[in-house]
Amino acid sequence: MSQPVLSIRNLVKRFGGLTAVNDVSLDINPGEVVALLGDNGAGKSTLIKCVSGVHLPDEGEIRFEGKPVSFPKPIDARSAGIETIYQDLALANNLDVPANIFLGREVKHRYLGGLINTLNDKLMLTEAEQSLATLDIQFPSLTQPIESLSGGQRQAVAIARAIYWKARLMIMDEPTNNLGVPEQQKVLELIRRLRDQGVPVILITHTMPDVFAVADRIVVMHRGRKVTEKRTGDTNASELVQYMVGALDDGREVAA
Amino acid sequence: MTDSKAIPAGARLPPEKRFILLASRLWAWAFLGLMIAFFIIVVPLSGGATFLTLRNAMNILVAITPVLLLGLGQTFVIISAGIDLSVGWVMSLASVVSAHAIRASFNAGAPLFLAATLGFLAAVGASAGVGLVNGLIIAKLKVPAFIVTLGSSFIVRGMALLFAENTTVIGLPAEIRDYGNESLFYLVGGEGGGFYAFFRPDVTGAMLRQMDRIFTWPVVITAIVVIICMFILNRTQFGRHTYAIGGNMQAALRTGIPVERHIIKLYMLSSVTAGIAGFLSTLRFTAGSAVIGDPLLLSSIAAVIIGGVSLFGGAGSIIGTVIGALIIAVLTTGLVMMNVQAFWQFIVVGAVVIIAVLIDQSRDLILGRRGRGS
Repeated sequence: MSQPVLSIRNLVKRFGGLTAVNDVSLDINPGEVVALLGDNGAGKSTLIKCVSGVHLPDEGEIRFEGKPVSFPKPIDARSAGIETIYQDLALANNLDVPANIFLGREVKHRYLGGLINTLNDKLMLTEAEQSLATLDIQFPSLTQPIESLSGGQRQAVAIARAIYWKARLMIMDEPTNNLGVPEQQKVLELIRRLRDQGVPVILITHTMPDVFAVADRIVVMHRGRKVTEKRTGDTNASELVQYMVGALDDGREVAA
Repeated sequence: MTDSKAIPAGARLPPEKRFILLASRLWAWAFLGLMIAFFIIVVPLSGGATFLTLRNAMNILVAITPVLLLGLGQTFVIISAGIDLSVGWVMSLASVVSAHAIRASFNAGAPLFLAATLGFLAAVGASAGVGLVNGLIIAKLKVPAFIVTLGSSFIVRGMALLFAENTTVIGLPAEIRDYGNESLFYLVGGEGGGFYAFFRPDVTGAMLRQMDRIFTWPVVITAIVVIICMFILNRTQFGRHTYAIGGNMQAALRTGIPVERHIIKLYMLSSVTAGIAGFLSTLRFTAGSAVIGDPLLLSSIAAVIIGGVSLFGGAGSIIGTVIGALIIAVLTTGLVMMNVQAFWQFIVVGAVVIIAVLIDQSRDLILGRRGRGS
């Protein structure tokens, strides 16, 4: 197997006396969807925030594409190619699709040697169209404020934005929350398409059907520790729940 | 497994909703048109003079310039979900400071145009300074804009009155009034009249009384500022980021928009357009006044709101603010010409503000608009 895209070794993150992430190691390989499961407070969000530059880990190492990395700020992780899509999608509902895809990174016409710059909306529109087309996403109109789009469509805009900016690892936090069932299916479909294009995805979720629908591998956390890691075909929902609530624990068995 | 259309096509708006959307966008234009038509018919019936005359139209333009200038910067600030309550007194401060600069430099021997230019720079500098302090406190110390600009309006009020050594700075060169009151074009009616550009025709007596000044210099300067503001808001990254910050501050932060720096610039912009208003009033009245701006603050915010800028941020336009200012001015002029007691203006303007917001809200309700988050 080729070298992992992301490799976490013995990562520890403490908040005061609380050890939120305790000695977690994890590999993400190219073109694979890994589900990160765990109850509230299991430490999965903290782990992810260490990868996406929100928190700095106290111990351990993160290697991205083979190189040790440290992300003091979220923008550092993003420029390295790690894109995190949180539940609030970081979209401006009052702007249209291209404006959102290029938010903060607008393409400009330069006049008078850069003294006067105007927005190149035409180019941004064509680029947005192409970016959505590669994901096989179709909207009736790209130039309406996205508040008229459904939850799944806005999720798609956020994913298209990440892809357009060459995300090489995608982290998605509960992407199917607050969506209707058909929309959930469409978002899962998008995740599969990302995988088919070779972009690995870490999927943080509570939703068991999502896990079995798209994940290749499943990592379960409990009280800050990684308690198991399974191929999707080797496990089932009730076993995973037992890991999530702490009834099963591979680490403990090994230690015993 | 891979079906081709990943996301269902979003339901296109049904025709009746599209009509409501269109109507809610255009209502201000329609209202302005209806109001003008109303006054054209009703003013003569109530014993007033003809409403729709060139002179009247030009007077309305002259009257709206200060309110509009205050509203232009405010439009940016309110689109970003902020508010600037200091602009009224900033206008006053700029008027006083520019009057001092003009008087001092002219008395020191500077030619008139240079004195006026120095007055302009003084007005812009003083107002930009206030905006910088406002912006720094709002952006860096995270104090709500309402509080910061409320406090700074008192401070600036005190400064304006102190610098004016009471309320008025007089003793400006008399010729400066030409800058404030002469115009781009002139139309002289009657025998031997004609149309003139740039320079005032040498007419006296009855002909002078028949002369119309078309687009006085303050109107021209305000029009230029309007065009610049439209350009910035619609065509530049600065404008796009202003909408983004007002639409979803978190998204703006996470996509790497320099939000703090942007907010500082916004409050400077808002102060500077107010400063230009102060400078122009000094030219127009040949005096600096420390009390000229404050009564205009609420009118300018009213103009912005009538023009469709959402106080929650994220929506609005410059042209809307222009229409809003026009509606207020036409309303006021028309009522005066109908010999309606002046106090009724306030009642009508207030009602229009509330109706404008109700129209905006009903649009959101009918269209089932989502909240602004996510």
